Amino acid sequence: MEPSTDKLNEQTVERKKEIPTDWFRPLQQNNEGENTVVRPSLSYWKDAWIRLRSNYIAMAGLIFLILLGFMAIFGPYLTPYSVSDQVLADQNQPPSSTYWFGTDNLGRDVFTRTWYGARISLFVGIMAALIDFAIGVLYGGISGYKGGRTDNVMMRVVEVLYGLPYLLVVILLLVVLGPSLSTIILALTITGWVGMARIVRGQVLQIKNFEFVQASKSFGAKTSRIIRKNLLPNTMGPIIVQMTLTVPTAIFAEAFLSFLGLGIQSPFASWGVMANDALTTILSGHWWRLFFPAFFISATMFAFNVLGDGLQDALDPKLRR
Amino acid sequence: MIRYIFKRFLMMILTIWIIATLTFVLMNAIPGSPFNEERTSNEAVQENLERHFNLDEPPIVQYFAYLKSIVTFDFGPSIKKPNDTVNDLLARGFPISAELGIISIVVALFSGIALGVIAALRHNGFIDYLAMTIAVLGISIPNFVLATLLIQQLAVNTGIFPVATWQSPMHMILPTLALATGPMAIIARLTRSSMLEVLTQDYIKMARAKGLSPTKVVIKHALKNALMPVVTILGTLLAGILTGTFVIEKIFAIPGMGRYFVESINQRDYPVIMGTTVFYSAFLVFALFLVDIAYGILDPRIKLHKEERG
Repeated sequence: MEPSTDKLNEQTVERKKEIPTDWFRPLQQNNEGENTVVRPSLSYWKDAWIRLRSNYIAMAGLIFLILLGFMAIFGPYLTPYSVSDQVLADQNQPPSSTYWFGTDNLGRDVFTRTWYGARISLFVGIMAALIDFAIGVLYGGISGYKGGRTDNVMMRVVEVLYGLPYLLVVILLLVVLGPSLSTIILALTITGWVGMARIVRGQVLQIKNFEFVQASKSFGAKTSRIIRKNLLPNTMGPIIVQMTLTVPTAIFAEAFLSFLGLGIQSPFASWGVMANDALTTILSGHWWRLFFPAFFISATMFAFNVLGDGLQDALDPKLRR
Repeated sequence: MIRYIFKRFLMMILTIWIIATLTFVLMNAIPGSPFNEERTSNEAVQENLERHFNLDEPPIVQYFAYLKSIVTFDFGPSIKKPNDTVNDLLARGFPISAELGIISIVVALFSGIALGVIAALRHNGFIDYLAMTIAVLGISIPNFVLATLLIQQLAVNTGIFPVATWQSPMHMILPTLALATGPMAIIARLTRSSMLEVLTQDYIKMARAKGLSPTKVVIKHALKNALMPVVTILGTLLAGILTGTFVIEKIFAIPGMGRYFVESINQRDYPVIMGTTVFYSAFLVFALFLVDIAYGILDPRIKLHKEERG
């Protein structure tokens, strides 16, 4: 084999010699257009927003939620009635120009109560998501960043908590603490942060070994700075998605608990309470009493779910075009 | 594998113990005794009652008696239902709840997987969009809302199905539908996304290339791997179905365990609350344990020292 390769080499050397020197003229200098940027550089968030905007279903969800938030704030003031006002002469009235969504068996205005219920649901959902975020990021961040034995111990705790049946623990806590808005939020978050902690830890474990973090470390950045400036911004995507999906879970849990009689207590309204009240009169055909709370629970959960799905796609850097 | 199972088993026992202890501590933290509201009883009666339920002992003695009662599976008498022990209630309610739960999870699994597979095979087609719309709706509509809507539309208004109770197969359709829709939707979405991923893999191309029929490729080759994520969330789904039975049994007046549990909560019948909570939790944790083992057997990548749960 050897002689033949030698021959080949000789041939190529010969060929090289044949290449005329005038092939190697310098190119015409042309600096024009060298510094123009073809596409405007986009930050991660702008890019995500553009992708989210083109997702019509997710945008519809977002717009619905904005409108819902608006109505939750101002809706109860649009009628002359309060949540607990009883007009005993007007029991079980169907929707009309006086009562836009009808009235219930105590003559309370369903329109007012529906938006009051929106307040409760959104408040519970958002508070639960924020508290989960605070605890989960702290716990998961420390666990993932420290690693080693700390991580091991901290994750054991999470694993046990993760194995606890969520709603059973919540029910148990509410039986003891007594039902109120703050105890519901407390009960929902006492085991709810575990999911967030797992996600943050997984992300941090992955990112902390990237070169830019090592570089930051070698420049002498403090741990807190690394966590704040390097790790958190890069885990924000999955965190936001998780938060968007926590909200509907919490809203469902609140409605579920209220439905069991462990949630918001009468005369205050939440969608779960209204659905539960309507259940007793379902045979009488007062459909509006069930329809409005049921519709808004479902629509809100739908909106949060599609928005969460949309954000998941939008915030995933792998899907960037 | 043995070590893995053993470790999981220890975790299970630990979790059950934590739940049991938590339940005990919480129930003891409630101010006053369960008999306080019964004003008619004089002090002697009160003392007798407390002795009868072991409430006159110091908490630590009560705690060990309580642990013993869990190990020996004897949860003692109910306070509000004098003729029943907690065991009686469990024995009466559990078979019915189990029936409802098992039918629901089977329905959810089969219809969810079928929906997911069909959606994946018709990716971005009309059927895909239809199936995913059904799935998102199923996730968004809470089971108690669905249950009341079903009763109103299919039982009260049209009279196709009986309104409530649990007697004939006809009675079972609406509760099962209400309970199974949520888990079905989750399974369908999960199956679809993992199926889509699996279908692009080389070994599927290979299976197609060697001339297997499309059905065989999908069922024998693709589905087997695509179902792994479904196995992972089976435990969570089971928990959802189990808590779902509380409201479904309440709405349909089904005399299962969930209804006793909800009743005991509303009546503050502490022995029943404690007994059923521990029973439910032990059942769930055991189911999670089985799922973990099944996952360990099904997925050869999970070997001895794997720390993470999928």
